[in-house]
Amino acid sequence: MSTRLSCGGRLIDRRAPRDFSFNGKKMRGFLGDTLASALLANDQMLVGRSFKYHRPRGIVAAGPEEPNALVGLGVGSRFEPNQRVTTTELFQGLTATSQNHWPSLEYDVGVVNNYAARFLPGGFYYKTFIHPRFAWKHVFEPIIRRSAGLGKAPIDRDADRYEQAYDFADVLVIGGGVAGLQAALVAGRSGARVLVLEQTAHWGGRAPVDEAEIGGLTADEWIRNAVEALEGMQNVTLRLRTMGAGVYDHGYVLAEERIADHTPADGRPRKRLWRIRAAKVIAAQGAIERPLSFAGNDVPGVMLAGSVRDFVVNHAVAPGDRTVVVTNNDDAYRTAILLVEAGLSVPVVLDARAAADGELPRRARAMGIRVETGRGIASVKGGKRVTGVAVCAQAGQGAVLETIACDSVAMSGGWSPIVHLWSHCGGKLIWDEVNAHFRPDPDRPPTGQDGQGIVVTAGSASGALTTDAVLRDATNAAGGTDAPEAAVPQEAPVAAIWVMPQGAGPELRAKMWLDYQNDVKVSDVQLAAREGYTSVEHTKRYTTLGMATDQGKLSNINGLAVLSQALSIDIPQVGTTTFRPPYTPVTLGALAGEARDDIFQPLRRTPMHEWHEAHDVEWEPVGLWRRPYCYRRPGETSHQAVMREVSNTRTNVGLLDASTLGKIIVKGPDAGKFLDMLYTGMMSTLPVGKCRYGLMCNEQGFLSDDGVVARIDEETWLCHTTSGGADRIHAWMEDWLQCEWWDWQVFTANVTEQYAQVAVVGPNARKLLEKLGGMDVSKETLPFMQWQDGTLGGFRARVYRISFSGELSYEIAVPANEGRAFWDACVAVGAELGAMPYGTECLHVMRAEKGFIMIGDETDGTVIPQDLNLGWAISKKKADYLGKRGQERAFLASPDRWKLVGLETLDGSVLEDGAYAPAEGLNANGQRNTQGRVTSTYFSPTLGRGIAMGLVLRGPDRMGEVVEFTKLDGSLAKAKIVDQVFYDKEGAKQDV
Amino acid sequence: MLILECPHCGIRAEETELAPGGEAHLKRFGPGSSDQEFEDYMFARKNPKGVHFERWRHAYGCGKWFIAARCTATLEVFGTYPAQTAAPPQHIIDAVKTRRPGWEGYK
Ligand SMILES: [Zn+2]
Repeated sequence: MSTRLSCGGRLIDRRAPRDFSFNGKKMRGFLGDTLASALLANDQMLVGRSFKYHRPRGIVAAGPEEPNALVGLGVGSRFEPNQRVTTTELFQGLTATSQNHWPSLEYDVGVVNNYAARFLPGGFYYKTFIHPRFAWKHVFEPIIRRSAGLGKAPIDRDADRYEQAYDFADVLVIGGGVAGLQAALVAGRSGARVLVLEQTAHWGGRAPVDEAEIGGLTADEWIRNAVEALEGMQNVTLRLRTMGAGVYDHGYVLAEERIADHTPADGRPRKRLWRIRAAKVIAAQGAIERPLSFAGNDVPGVMLAGSVRDFVVNHAVAPGDRTVVVTNNDDAYRTAILLVEAGLSVPVVLDARAAADGELPRRARAMGIRVETGRGIASVKGGKRVTGVAVCAQAGQGAVLETIACDSVAMSGGWSPIVHLWSHCGGKLIWDEVNAHFRPDPDRPPTGQDGQGIVVTAGSASGALTTDAVLRDATNAAGGTDAPEAAVPQEAPVAAIWVMPQGAGPELRAKMWLDYQNDVKVSDVQLAAREGYTSVEHTKRYTTLGMATDQGKLSNINGLAVLSQALSIDIPQVGTTTFRPPYTPVTLGALAGEARDDIFQPLRRTPMHEWHEAHDVEWEPVGLWRRPYCYRRPGETSHQAVMREVSNTRTNVGLLDASTLGKIIVKGPDAGKFLDMLYTGMMSTLPVGKCRYGLMCNEQGFLSDDGVVARIDEETWLCHTTSGGADRIHAWMEDWLQCEWWDWQVFTANVTEQYAQVAVVGPNARKLLEKLGGMDVSKETLPFMQWQDGTLGGFRARVYRISFSGELSYEIAVPANEGRAFWDACVAVGAELGAMPYGTECLHVMRAEKGFIMIGDETDGTVIPQDLNLGWAISKKKADYLGKRGQERAFLASPDRWKLVGLETLDGSVLEDGAYAPAEGLNANGQRNTQGRVTSTYFSPTLGRGIAMGLVLRGPDRMGEVVEFTKLDGSLAKAKIVDQVFYDKEGAKQDV
Repeated sequence: MLILECPHCGIRAEETELAPGGEAHLKRFGPGSSDQEFEDYMFARKNPKGVHFERWRHAYGCGKWFIAARCTATLEVFGTYPAQTAAPPQHIIDAVKTRRPGWEGYK
């Protein structure tokens, strides 16, 4: 059983017990424990089930590379799935639950997948996707959806808050082991601005566990001195619990700081995302131990040898009483020696190498530990827990030589440098034959603006595997020369052992796990190779090797080594898969930061925003603006409110806050020429004082924006754009002026927010303005489609006689800071004229009654003005305008386009928005052909019936024809093709 | 997250301050051009692995367009210059040639 030792544990405080629960079971650990060490101290080795076969799984590692031990942490609004127990600090009251099992961790129904394993080989997903089609939909998908997967997504709203912060450094050191600290000391002494990040809560990494001796001091003493020295430097910042997640272009680095994970609800943000710019990154993340591939290497109780040491030294937790050590290198002997020194039993060290004569094996033998060379594990005994191992010759096929009882296995397949940060931005790797690992190639670093390297690695991240080499490498990385000395035992080289035993048959290979989390075995990778997969990237996707949340930290090298053997090519030729950020998962909350709720986006408010809010407004988001959709009176539904607003505006007078309308001033000697290129119509000839409707297209000819243009003076035009379009159109103008016609003398200014704009609309509109008093607004002085400056009710006003409703209409622009007062004045004098405010939906109904198009309703980026019968707004005289050449393309000039028409249902009902008109026959995909669709559809209170506009194949040529449109209930609605103008076809009402 | 120096205001701007504008030095083809010319102008883009000239706007800064000459593979920036030009200035071409002797030109 796994248990707490009676003494030791450099990180735990035995005077500070911490109560926690796992699957409802009460347990106790100590301050300084990780959840992993606390679970092991309570003999909880079984912590989860695997993804595909639901095999029982235990803790394998002691750090972020842990593939199995993922749990749900917390409850309710603080629940978080898929948390690694090895990186979770224990705190009082922690609640953890295991994942991916049903009905319980101990008795899981999904484990039948395990016995059906030969039906779920590598490439299973792809094969079922492909054939037979029905099998995926009706057989496999429902089963997989129910049985596969990790933790459940939280249901409650996240109670925590998250924040983001920026930092800048000359030298950013990622990793606070002895390599990182030594590099920071060198860089700090040079005066550089240094930032040091360490993902755990402790400095020093694994050196104390491995009993390193540095400069005559113990590792702990050296680390304490180093941290003290760094804390004394004003130019150095140290951050614990901060994981360097990714290195991006030009030295941009993301890091995630865990602030209150271990102190929930203490008022601090849970996590902080650091956005760092560094001139130089020193990646000192260390190395990760590789598992060995033997049958049953996933049975709970089989752990990495180095991790066993971590638990013993740091937390005084022994994973087992009798531990078999299996290795291909000298380092694992440290585990055997440590366990025996701790009073535990190591029945045997199985060393796959032919000989083991290094200093550490000799020391182990001298302590009386049995060492067997040329041996390996044929298979591990036990289901939910190791009960023993069958020993075999590494060179053979797995004939069992003896069976040894044990309750844990410590395995070591050698160490691989953590190359993620080096690789994220393009750093290349080389294969190191001696150490049997990929390490960064210092000659091919990721590069920055100047083409020089932006990342250097330090310590075991460079492939330096002994303390003295680590310190020398770290010193060099920071540009120093004097590295402290370290006493290290002489180690014999690792042997490249990728399958144990070497000649294992199919039976054994199908039980050798490469990727624990995604359940990928040696046999799966070999199958992929047989089926023709030669690229490591393809094999990864086909088998899902390395695609789990641990991103293949344990499985990567073993997997590609097995692939290289199966393909009979060298490992460097197989290469690695691409390393992508983040190094370990970053929670979505940290990525969102403060951008949630009210400050998710900036909110644009018109000067009248507060008035609307105080008058029962129902808001509609338009870009970043909020516009009134309607104003609901007590007892009214939204629909009733809209109907009232339409009727009132058509019979009395309505007030619309039109401030969001885009307003761009275009000015200069070449402004007219420029606008003639920008609009399809002619703007240079527009007389001063007059207004003209204009269309803008992109270079493909598709309609992009529309609005009324007013000629202000000889050199100045004011262009109205759609409410959402002002910024986009302004940028569009600047693009052409700066990059194509830079010699044209034109200025543009987006003055959208400089003016408040009020539309006074309806038969009583003129009376309302006359009551305000001031400028002459008569038809004679200010006719339709003209504008004038003047005063109204004492306000400086620019009054446009334009109409988007078909009614007598004035749009009045006043300085933004007078907008609210002007609106109040309009409301006050309008009261006895029946004035009511109206919202965007009323605007829509009225414009649809008049057959006016709306960008985004009648257009979708594939519609040209000619489709909308807007040929009258396209100048025939101009040689060129943006989009003209595009519109000349054959498929756009074809008569077989869908064109705009009005649609009237035979029964007066309202067509469904976006409904399609099916046509005869089927297309190549076996779907019904279509001949049109609804673009705008409303109930018109003016006509007392549903009205719609739509794009219909050769629509204008088919007036009077009845066409059917789909409905959500599956039935069809009959509608007659009619003229798109439903109300006041002559346009008499707006021109009075 | 590239850092590019705006040649108009001199600020070393981070990518979040910039808006991308795609391949630079395209020749516009309008009415009268052939279908092939128009198609190339509209849709055919280089997307090289190596030296590339691309348009950027200092959107959250001075608002000006400029062109960056950079290597899409190594992220090295050879220089930036105002967009008001039909061809890269000589000092930019020299800078690219110094770093990439085998470079075949921007066209
Ligand atoms: Zn600038």
